[in-house]
Amino acid sequence: MAWKDLLVERRSKETLNALLFFSLALLFVFQFALGPDRERLAAVLPGLLWLGFILSGVLGLGRAFLVEHQNDCWEALLLTPGDKSAIYLGKLAGSLVLMAVVETLMLALFVVFFNVELGGALPGLALVIALGTIGIAAVGTLFAAMTAQARARELLFPVLLLPVLVPVLLGTVKATEALLLHEPLAAVAHWLKLLAAADVVYLAIGLLTFDVILEG
Amino acid sequence: MVAVPLVRVTGLVRVFGAQRVLDGVNLDVAAGEAVALLGANGAGKTTLLKIVATLLRPTRGTATVGGLDCVRDAESVRAILGVVAHGTYVYEDLTARENLAFWMRLGGRAADRDMLDGALAEVELERHADERVRTFSAGMRRRLSLARLTLTRPRVLLLDEPFAGLDQRARKWLEGRLEAFKSDGGALLMATHSFGRELGVADRLAILAGGRMALDTPRAGLDPQDVQRLYVAHTEEVS
Amino acid sequence: MTTLLGWLSGLGLVAGLVMGFGVAPREVTQGNVQRIMYLHVPAVWVAYLAFMAGFVASIAYLARRRPGADRLAHAACEVGTLFLGVNIATGAIWGKPTWGTWWTWDARLTSVAVVFVMFLAYLLLRGAIDDHDRAGRYAAVLGIVATLNIPLVHFSVYWWRTLHQPPSLLKPGSSTMPSVILTALLVNFAALALLGAYFIARRARLLAAEEEALA
Repeated sequence: MAWKDLLVERRSKETLNALLFFSLALLFVFQFALGPDRERLAAVLPGLLWLGFILSGVLGLGRAFLVEHQNDCWEALLLTPGDKSAIYLGKLAGSLVLMAVVETLMLALFVVFFNVELGGALPGLALVIALGTIGIAAVGTLFAAMTAQARARELLFPVLLLPVLVPVLLGTVKATEALLLHEPLAAVAHWLKLLAAADVVYLAIGLLTFDVILEG
Repeated sequence: MVAVPLVRVTGLVRVFGAQRVLDGVNLDVAAGEAVALLGANGAGKTTLLKIVATLLRPTRGTATVGGLDCVRDAESVRAILGVVAHGTYVYEDLTARENLAFWMRLGGRAADRDMLDGALAEVELERHADERVRTFSAGMRRRLSLARLTLTRPRVLLLDEPFAGLDQRARKWLEGRLEAFKSDGGALLMATHSFGRELGVADRLAILAGGRMALDTPRAGLDPQDVQRLYVAHTEEVS
Repeated sequence: MTTLLGWLSGLGLVAGLVMGFGVAPREVTQGNVQRIMYLHVPAVWVAYLAFMAGFVASIAYLARRRPGADRLAHAACEVGTLFLGVNIATGAIWGKPTWGTWWTWDARLTSVAVVFVMFLAYLLLRGAIDDHDRAGRYAAVLGIVATLNIPLVHFSVYWWRTLHQPPSLLKPGSSTMPSVILTALLVNFAALALLGAYFIARRARLLAAEEEALA
């Protein structure tokens, strides 16, 4: 499944190209909105970074099931015998790869343009980003499948997703903030635990209920 | 004839919102038999097919395939079912061969390159195996989705307008395949609008009107004019 | 049965009013405005009870597909959202004279607001899907996600705002509340819980009638 989605994406490059430009545009918007004041920028940087991740994630995930709509492939997914949670995992893996690419670029842009000192914080930051991204993608994949067949799909998807993601957003922003101030990883252990718990909860619900979502 | 029909539909009711699309439908399709499902738009043909295909749950009543319940044993039913509906189930940005490979892998069925190429050759798409489906015509897409069925070897076929969009050659080929499928003991249920070629394969005609089975009769001895007359008589009656 | 529930909750509300305005003492610093607590605090308890009921009903619906479970989940989440709305509104009314502001981004307020928005989205999803069965299934999945998310929201928001005061009743050790106030609070809680159950029962019946009219 992930193989197929990534192949389709490589051929069309629709989503990835748009998302990369989106992150660039976001950078300008942040810069213009906040002005050149370094200190003020540094204070809100973790929030901005995750706002960027979540926005690009919402845009990317919202498109995850569009490809299944052409030629009724959705129906065929359901008709194929076998465990439907494999489809969920495949979609999730495909989205994770896409999000990882976009996030890496966005982080690099932040480092270059906002003068972020990563230093030794990178491994810890990578862990926070991984945990946060899995959480966003796990619940995002589920909701994207749910809203794929609803009215006002583009609007409904973020409306469902954003409030649910509040714990993930708070956890990642707070942990990123601490790590960028070069605090040890142990200082954010409670946030990492919360993020891991959120990931487990979202993944479990996704795996258990995906066949119910797919059903006609 | 086998004692238990491969497809059995009893007392099927399906409600969509305020509409009763199916209202107590009974239908059997035995092994080696083909039934053509006729009816006006909105008569419930597609809904009936979707319920048997495990895509929809009935509001009341049961549908079984090979003795397996289409709701409780949906996964087992899907393993012996072949479906061609309105959609062709192909991805535009994959090649013909990649499309086949994807569905085989997803279904956990082994399919090496030779098998895939064999299936493509069968529907005369071997020269286009590495072209993206985006460039295909409607008939080619339909042939590609039929190629999938030659790989999964289902025991029960559910077809929605199977001949639509096919040229004469492809029609003839499909007809031959369906006859062969029947003589191998498969059961065939197809929904259609036209009274032409498709009816040649059918052993029985079933006419749906207003969510009820208006007529269920052997086809033998009926020519296209008779069918047309029956169709008009039974669909007018209700509407 | 439902009618009985209605009468009981009516009686309970009268008792609650008597307890809240008559028996319970006037608070020394805040004055009479503090009495809004007897509506404010039980409302959030009842809301969370309703969400729990909705959670159980959602799981039951996905497992057994009885339409009744779906209607119960729908009604419970709707009534829960209503009571949470009452909690937020009374909180704002109480907050203005005592804190000088309708709203602050303190931990408890924020987490309740997030939960409120989550369940508003739940009701929105139900309205946005035309196919009735599908709406029920998707809403059940969302209800399960939202309910399990409540503890995550609470923890994260509390850690985010470290200046929290611990909840006044569910604190380990003895309660600091005078027992007459506690009794008044519990009487009102019982009354509102009965009222919530009555609303849910009526709403579920109304949903059933709607479905029947359509079928």
